[in-house]
Amino acid sequence: MNDDHDRGHDPRLERIRAWLSQARFFAEEVYSSRYRGAIARARRDEDDLFMLLVFSEMMGVPNPAAYYTLELQPLLLERFHDWHRRMGMERSPLDHFKCC
Amino acid sequence: MSAIVILVLGLAAMAAGYFLYSKFIAEKIYRLDPDFKTPAHEYEDGVDFVPTNRFVLWGHHFTSVAGAAPIVGPAIAVIWGWVPAFLWVVFGTIFFAGVHDFGAIWASVRNKAKSVGALTGDVVGKRARSIFMIVIFLVLLMVNAVFAVVIAGLMMNFSSAVVPVWGAILVALVIGQMIYRRKMSLPMVSIVGVVALYALIGIGPSVPLQMPAEVAGVSGNAIWILLLFGYAAIASLLPVWVLLQPRDYINGLQLFVGLIILYGAIVLMNPTMVAPAFNDNVPAGTPSLLPLLFVTIACGAISGFHGLVSSGTTSKQLNRETDARFVGYFGAVGEGMLALAAILAATAGFATLADWEAMYTAFGQGGVNAFVEGGAFIIHNGLGLPEATAATLLTVMAALFAGTTMDTGLRLQRYIFQEWGEIYNQAWMKKPAVATLLAVGSCLLLAFGAGGADGSGGLIIWPLFGTTNQLLAGLTLLVITVMLVRLRRPMWYTLVPLVFLLVMTIAALLIQLRTFFEQSNYFLLVLDIVVLIAAIMVAMECASALKRSRAEMAAEQ
Repeated sequence: MNDDHDRGHDPRLERIRAWLSQARFFAEEVYSSRYRGAIARARRDEDDLFMLLVFSEMMGVPNPAAYYTLELQPLLLERFHDWHRRMGMERSPLDHFKCC
Repeated sequence: MSAIVILVLGLAAMAAGYFLYSKFIAEKIYRLDPDFKTPAHEYEDGVDFVPTNRFVLWGHHFTSVAGAAPIVGPAIAVIWGWVPAFLWVVFGTIFFAGVHDFGAIWASVRNKAKSVGALTGDVVGKRARSIFMIVIFLVLLMVNAVFAVVIAGLMMNFSSAVVPVWGAILVALVIGQMIYRRKMSLPMVSIVGVVALYALIGIGPSVPLQMPAEVAGVSGNAIWILLLFGYAAIASLLPVWVLLQPRDYINGLQLFVGLIILYGAIVLMNPTMVAPAFNDNVPAGTPSLLPLLFVTIACGAISGFHGLVSSGTTSKQLNRETDARFVGYFGAVGEGMLALAAILAATAGFATLADWEAMYTAFGQGGVNAFVEGGAFIIHNGLGLPEATAATLLTVMAALFAGTTMDTGLRLQRYIFQEWGEIYNQAWMKKPAVATLLAVGSCLLLAFGAGGADGSGGLIIWPLFGTTNQLLAGLTLLVITVMLVRLRRPMWYTLVPLVFLLVMTIAALLIQLRTFFEQSNYFLLVLDIVVLIAAIMVAMECASALKRSRAEMAAEQ
């Protein structure tokens, strides 16, 4: 309501707020910076498995949910190039699905 | 002599080191450039390479390098009196550790944030890189074995700390869930975590859990060692956000709180130094101060382990090159302050000289127990906390640090085994569970092989651990020196510490070789020989690399 109005009038409150948000930022940085890499890698591994599920039909692995995963393919297209490179395939493994 | 005087002298010297010497090194030797594009910016990916605020990075660097080692080492080394330990910690921090840690960050930042291991391969040579891998493996092996023995000893001697130490793990687990599942605000969670930890410490003395001296024919100490490795193996296999991340965070907070309490208590109580300045009445069997002092105190004066942290994670997050001075050098100063506190607690925290001598009955005795009892005495008299609570507080602090180092060490050792599986094409060795078992097995072998079936003598390998750690530091200093030679800059500021370290390390190894032989401890004799061979190879590698780069420079002219 008149939140902005109050803030403008009480510099002390504003200073405390700024200080608190600064403290929060520092705490979060300290908490996350050390393991950011490890967590991102673990997450990527999970995503890679998902990629395999979505593109499995194209590589000859039958997938009962192919009808549904087909819909996801355009969404994952951007990540496809990085994925096949990471999986040790220089070029796209799919004939009709070129990206490089 | 008053402990405050020592405290002020030590802090003033380290402050002078930071403001004067590190400034000189930064401007004239490493020549930091504020406009240099650091790897954090060049390869920014939001995962490993993230430009980070320098205060955050310092906190992160400092809590990664400060563990139980700067407490245990100085607390053992005061057996020769407090002056030698004090001088080595202060001058070691200023001229050795600061230059080394700071230099490792600089060297890594100037080489695409590569780790010291990779840099050794690039700058010095392939052979040096293989030595580096072996030395790292030995350091990890010893650190895990030694810390398991240290924590087991603490659990046996201070039964009031058992509930808080293991309860802290529970607190960390809950905090991890609160942050990830409930998405709670971190400052709130931090307060809850610290309050919960200190509440546990508060109730610790009323619920002591004493492990019996013997359970089913196995000594209580050995049971603790087995339990600790079981815990560390599980912890090193869990996803990091479940346990490691919240626990490291709480530990970091606890480190600052503990340091403030300890320093505050020393200032308020102003204890006198009870231990002799130079101990001319050392217990029988104590090795000579020179060279053993320089390997007994590794962390706190100079430690190769810091180079791994500096070049592994810190260099990838450095925002500006000039931040390296604050993060690296001041990180070393922080560690020196912890070591200084350990020295003061272990020498001034006793009522009489006889009490102190009763603690230090043999070389390797005293140590972290002296730190806990001495520190508790000071906190009790300075801040009025009950002595049992103060002892629990310090035990929890030391045990949690050692525990963190243990499961990080075990995780790293597992990676090495997995890498070997990769190199030698052994698919079974690449499995995390198998590699962890191999790592735990090798550590257990050392913990029990060194100290007999009850695992109580494991601290015999402490100086050997220090030696290996110094070798690692030597290799890092070598990389920095060779880089400086190639840049045609003065090399003496890193070469003199390097030569000093190598001489002391090799001398210490030779002396210990004789001791182990006389005690017919053939297990450690073999280990000593392995480290000695590595040390000689490092020394020869240094000589040849420096000769080669100087010749290259001369040929260019």
